[in-house]
Amino acid sequence: MTITLDVNGKKQHIAADPETPLLYVLRNDLKLKGARYGCGIGQCGACTVIIDGKAVQSCDVPVSAATGKQITTVEGIARNGKLHPLQEAFIAEQAAQCGYCATGIIMSAKALLDANPKATESEIRTALKGNLCRCGTHQRILRAIQRAAKEWRS
Amino acid sequence: MSTAENAPRKLPGSLNTNRRLDRWLRINRDGTVSVFPGKVEIGQGILTALSQIVAEELDVGLQRVRLAPTDTRYSPDEGMTSGSQSITDGGAALRYAAAETRDLLMQQAASQLGVSLEQLTVTDGTITARGGGSVTYWDIATEDLLKREATGDVPPKPAAQHSVIGAAVPRRDIPAKVSGSPSYVHDLDLPGMLHGRVARPPSYGAKLTALDEAEVRAMPGVVAVVRDGSFVGVVAEREDQAIRALNRLKRIARWEERGGLPESTNPRFLLKETTEDEVISEKSDKAAAARAARTLEAEYTRPYIAHATIGPSCALATCDDGRYTIWTHSQGVYPLRHDLSKVLKIEPERITIIHSDGAGCYGHNGADDVVLDAVLLARAVPGKPVRVQWMREDEFTWEPYGPTMVVTLKASLDADGNIVDWVEDVWSNSHSTRPGAQKGVNLIAAWHLSQPHEPSPPRNPPLPGGGSHRNAIPIYEFPNQRVTNHLVKRMPLRVSALRALGATANVFAIESFMDELAAAAGADPIEFRLRHLKDPRARAVLEAVAAKADWKKGEKGDGARGRGVGFARYKNGAAYVAAIVEVEIGNEIGVKRAWVAIDAGLVINPDGLINQTEGGLIQTVSWVLKEAIQFDRERVLTQTWLDYPILNFEEVPQIEVTVINRPDLPPLGAGEGTQGPTAAAVANAVFNAIGARLRDLPFTRDKVISALA
Repeated sequence: MTITLDVNGKKQHIAADPETPLLYVLRNDLKLKGARYGCGIGQCGACTVIIDGKAVQSCDVPVSAATGKQITTVEGIARNGKLHPLQEAFIAEQAAQCGYCATGIIMSAKALLDANPKATESEIRTALKGNLCRCGTHQRILRAIQRAAKEWRS
Repeated sequence: MSTAENAPRKLPGSLNTNRRLDRWLRINRDGTVSVFPGKVEIGQGILTALSQIVAEELDVGLQRVRLAPTDTRYSPDEGMTSGSQSITDGGAALRYAAAETRDLLMQQAASQLGVSLEQLTVTDGTITARGGGSVTYWDIATEDLLKREATGDVPPKPAAQHSVIGAAVPRRDIPAKVSGSPSYVHDLDLPGMLHGRVARPPSYGAKLTALDEAEVRAMPGVVAVVRDGSFVGVVAEREDQAIRALNRLKRIARWEERGGLPESTNPRFLLKETTEDEVISEKSDKAAAARAARTLEAEYTRPYIAHATIGPSCALATCDDGRYTIWTHSQGVYPLRHDLSKVLKIEPERITIIHSDGAGCYGHNGADDVVLDAVLLARAVPGKPVRVQWMREDEFTWEPYGPTMVVTLKASLDADGNIVDWVEDVWSNSHSTRPGAQKGVNLIAAWHLSQPHEPSPPRNPPLPGGGSHRNAIPIYEFPNQRVTNHLVKRMPLRVSALRALGATANVFAIESFMDELAAAAGADPIEFRLRHLKDPRARAVLEAVAAKADWKKGEKGDGARGRGVGFARYKNGAAYVAAIVEVEIGNEIGVKRAWVAIDAGLVINPDGLINQTEGGLIQTVSWVLKEAIQFDRERVLTQTWLDYPILNFEEVPQIEVTVINRPDLPPLGAGEGTQGPTAAAVANAVFNAIGARLRDLPFTRDKVISALA
């Protein structure tokens, strides 16, 4: 059946089983590869996108549940050809090793800072509890998010 | 003439086995330099470091350096990207190859400009003569310039001339990776691509007894069901269809299981196994032994630990006219090709393997296995690319774990608190069952085919690097010493290389025991270590970390907080690392702060080194506090992140890394140096905080409670 989605401000029509997890529609139908498969059951955060302002694990949402909502993926957060301040901050702090978890973390952080630009380090840590990083890049990631938050406020 | 004189001269690093300059470098007309590394990016930033080396030695801007993906059609065979050897193997090769290439270009320029070499300088690929006149690399590099064997005679630049080596150059790959653009093999999307999944047996050695394939073939989108012995896979048009078909396969397949896993997860089952024993270090001084006043004994263990990559392994393959093209994040494309050619019974030349980045692997995980899965499925749909990504539970249940280990120690102190005797015994499986062995095939699917291949006999890489005995020989100076390695041959659970191999458990044991001995001697743990250490570089990292952490001689914890130290020289020949960690003990152990000092010789990229060191520390804290694979007599029970929690953002410590740069000394492998020292530092900090000695990893809540009881 055809499903209509609003992804990064564009209407998209997709022929898929309504039970298909949103992740596979984003990656394979819309070719948006920034959300990544990590566990398939919402335990690791590698597939995080923002739906109606909330960070959501797209592996755990049937595509039918995302219709009529605003979906933002990491590909949709750059503005006027410039990377989002969070992405810039990740580069400035060299906040990646393998980088596989980075896009999911950026989306979780964006949802947090959009709602609370004054988030403290401890609030950032709590917001990222569901995003796993295996390389141990946490300290740099926390620095990068705080750097972006500072820019946000100024 | 002896054969030694006939043998080709030894060249630096991997240049020795890939001796032609054009195997490594190409000077292009468009003002760029192509570099062909055989080592691959696994999140450690190696490609950035290698490009720094080439830019430095060639005197060209970094932006001119193009790195070709490792590809069996043209890349040098550098074996595995493992063991913290990429700078010492691939880096050394490129350093010398680039220096020699620069020299050849300078000679060419001298003859074209009609001047002597001394009158030439080079800036960003433009060679200028003192009296005027200039040429560029891009103009004068002829087709055949690098079609020659390297001599290794042109020395690289001395440290004083370095401007790119030693700079904290940003990683080349991070912008694309944080922007979300396709960066990993997982993201490759080829025209007409199909999706495959494999229904693995529920346990090792299980045999498929019944399966109604027709039921799965009739499912929407299913293109093929492949069944060969106990190997069962499905190919579908859409990824979600492949996963639905996989779930159906798993539900309806009937298996006969055989059991055979250890009776408990307690590593001490190793002590009852048949072993191959080798005394790997022995020193005797009877007079010193006679001074023994007090003897201590202790036993340390670690469980099976998972690599637990965030991105389950993935590969793409196509089969066309009996030729295969493969995209993979394998750490060794040539060894992988060797094993694939045995399974497919074709010459290796008919298989092309192209490397593409993957998620961090931290050693031998499912990266190679998933390639054979993709190949076997692609063979069923000729001409169509098939992408296979493992499910999370495939990775947790089938990856080869870091082996469980037991280390026993016994040492004597003299009346002055000096160690006069040291006896150590290590029990472990091999830590190396990667593909590429002479005999057998080390790929899961090959074991399940109707005409199965046997796994290759396990290897224990020899000392000084070592495998299970890596870092088993203390680098302290003891007058009497006997270290015995007990290699356990039976491997009830699949095991292989996990970052640092045996060094983690061996250093954890040695450095915990050093702390126990220091306490028995009434000595400060850092002073006690220095007492037994002569190597000035070893002493320097310990002194540096103590200064940075503001370590107070004889400092004591307060019943909840405490600090501990750990130290080692990785592989007894690579980077020196000393770590101090601070723990806070409530319901569970928390590691709050950590300080590390590292000496890795000449530092190519200090920020890359710091990033690896921070990551190594955090990963080890996670192993130490939380991680152990669970199983019963039949099956591995660890399937999801709930079964295998790792350190999360709320739990990670704040880390300060101090780098001791030695620009005039050779670079030393560093990516795995933090593991052992960190593990011991946590145990020692717990003792410092609450007076309880934990010797069995991981240090979960129940271990703390029983240690306090």
